[in-house]
Amino acid sequence: MTVRIDLLPKTKYVVPGNSACAGCGMMIGLKVLGMALGEEAVLSIPASCASVVQGLGPKSGVALPILNVPFASAASVATGISEAFRQLGVKGQAVVWAGDGGTADIGFAAVSAAAERNSDVLYIMYDNEAYMNTGIQRSSETPKGAWTTTTPTGKREAKKDVALILLAHGVPYVATANIAYPQDFYRKIKRASEIRGFKFIHLLSPCPPGWLFDPSLTVEVARKAVETGVFILWEYDNGELKLNPPSSALVDKSKRKPLVEYLKLQGRYAHLSEDQIKQMEEEIDRKWRFLLRFAQAARPGA
Amino acid sequence: MRTLAVLKTALTGNYAVAHAVKLAKPHVIAAYPITPQTTIVEKLSEFVAKGELKASFVNVESEFSALAVVYGAAMAGARAFTATSSHGLFYMYEMLWWAAGSRAPIVMAVATRTLGPPWNIHDEHNDILAIRDSGWAVAMASNVQEVLDLTIQAFKLAESAYIPVAVGLDGFVLSHTVETIELPPQEAVDEFLPPRRPDLPLRLRPGEPITMGNIPSDDRLHAEHLKNIYRASQEAKKLVKSIDAEYGKLVGREYGGMVEGFELEGARYAVVCMGAWCGDAKEAVRSLRREGVPVGLMRIRFVRPFPDEEVAELSGIDKVVVFDRDITPAGGILGREVASVLGRDKVVNVLAGLAGVDFKADEFRKAVKHAVEGEYADRVVLL
Repeated sequence: MTVRIDLLPKTKYVVPGNSACAGCGMMIGLKVLGMALGEEAVLSIPASCASVVQGLGPKSGVALPILNVPFASAASVATGISEAFRQLGVKGQAVVWAGDGGTADIGFAAVSAAAERNSDVLYIMYDNEAYMNTGIQRSSETPKGAWTTTTPTGKREAKKDVALILLAHGVPYVATANIAYPQDFYRKIKRASEIRGFKFIHLLSPCPPGWLFDPSLTVEVARKAVETGVFILWEYDNGELKLNPPSSALVDKSKRKPLVEYLKLQGRYAHLSEDQIKQMEEEIDRKWRFLLRFAQAARPGA
Repeated sequence: MRTLAVLKTALTGNYAVAHAVKLAKPHVIAAYPITPQTTIVEKLSEFVAKGELKASFVNVESEFSALAVVYGAAMAGARAFTATSSHGLFYMYEMLWWAAGSRAPIVMAVATRTLGPPWNIHDEHNDILAIRDSGWAVAMASNVQEVLDLTIQAFKLAESAYIPVAVGLDGFVLSHTVETIELPPQEAVDEFLPPRRPDLPLRLRPGEPITMGNIPSDDRLHAEHLKNIYRASQEAKKLVKSIDAEYGKLVGREYGGMVEGFELEGARYAVVCMGAWCGDAKEAVRSLRREGVPVGLMRIRFVRPFPDEEVAELSGIDKVVVFDRDITPAGGILGREVASVLGRDKVVNVLAGLAGVDFKADEFRKAVKHAVEGEYADRVVLL
């Protein structure tokens, strides 16, 4: 299924009055969620930038049904909503819209449990690679080498691959997505919502103040993450793992743009030495090799 | 009163909770095992598995998630139930406040248990009392029959006041002790407890934009919300009484609302206590009455909201002996609350039965006697 951008639904669910920063990547994602599931989704949003950008109560700049919930609780609250709808005969999709901290760190036990139960929840982790809402502290999704306020000389540990961990739970659908590719994200939300059970989408969502780049460059930074091979678009559906375009055309490393094109746009990587960049490149190569082998192993009949 | 086809049966306190929940027809149940609560949810999962109860039973990875699941369900319009004890209740702490702040009409059973260290599964009231300021209504039953009746009443209270309700039953003393009780017929419970409104405290439905809990434009809005919860709690005292009376009419048992009075007529002294051991305390009161000591008893049924008005009725009493099955650095919790109504000079606060240590009727008798005869040097007495 290809999705033409000019044919996407026109109804707006992110409306004036929201309080996102200029160039917020997450808001682009939330717009796409509205296009795809605006009339079906009921959102649980844990403590995060997403709880702030709704604007000031009793009004809201996001025209969706939203329950704001404690930091670690979203996967469980969404399970409760989904079970209530099932018992009450309400048609709808319980959606979690959570940051990387709420998903990969403090909320991880609840996410893992919801996945293991295969609760009928569409869980979207918008990943801005740190605790941006509290002022750019490192999370387990912060990449190695990146500056944050709690890793002033660069993070020493690797980024946790949450999507692969969720895949290992045996859930029916896992995908990665990126705000620079809204049609791909839209299609993945639509596909996921057709499936009963636990669906997980890891959405890369650059943050201008947190990654230290100009707010006009959000989409370019996000696109470069894919084009340089830092972030790989893939989809696990029906027991099969496939790369999605344009990542599927970047298996051959020579097709990828040089890593430095991604790094140089962002102040959080400004301190990196050539050696560190080389090491980062090797780790990206390893990630590709692992994922491709994994995809091969997951192929039906393999 | 009508004659009802009641079923007499022998149940533990935990099974009485399970039967009460089944009679209340919840949509969603979620729980995590902890002794002594576990057999409540084992029984409920069995009811669901056998198709005797049409509900979702959600197994979770923690008590925090148990409450989060029933919270989500309740906010989406479902009738929802969970149960826990002790450390499990404390693991829920953040969700407890969020649920109360959201006016989520949840019912939770708490089989009371002491807190570690050391690991100890026996009875004490510190766990349930620690949630007293979270915004939940907090009640304690005194026997297995009341466990059943109070649990059914709790759903009505939660769905009338839009305050979550915790129903306490003493761990092991009630949770694992079999008593012969009467089960009301389903039609009586159905009449007492109609299906809940799915549109309060809010209507959470696809395609209908609403936001619960985003940042307020003005802190005074939040402050007003907090005041409204206080007002609702005060209002809930009336509801506790009217719900108890209505239940009494339909089912034939009523308990006195916020408190139960016992032998208070002509009393110069009063015992105040809460929970299962009030049965032993009543025995002591009877025995003291036989000895000619003019003593009565007030059993606290609801500790939140607090029965200030009922406790104030003891102001003509010479000496009030408050028994706490809890301990804090400031003394007993009930002792301090009762003293806040009656003044500290009137109150002797006896802390006993801690960590599950047995405290028998005769020990109550001796303690009351010592207290009224002024033999205790301190206001807080550790037994």
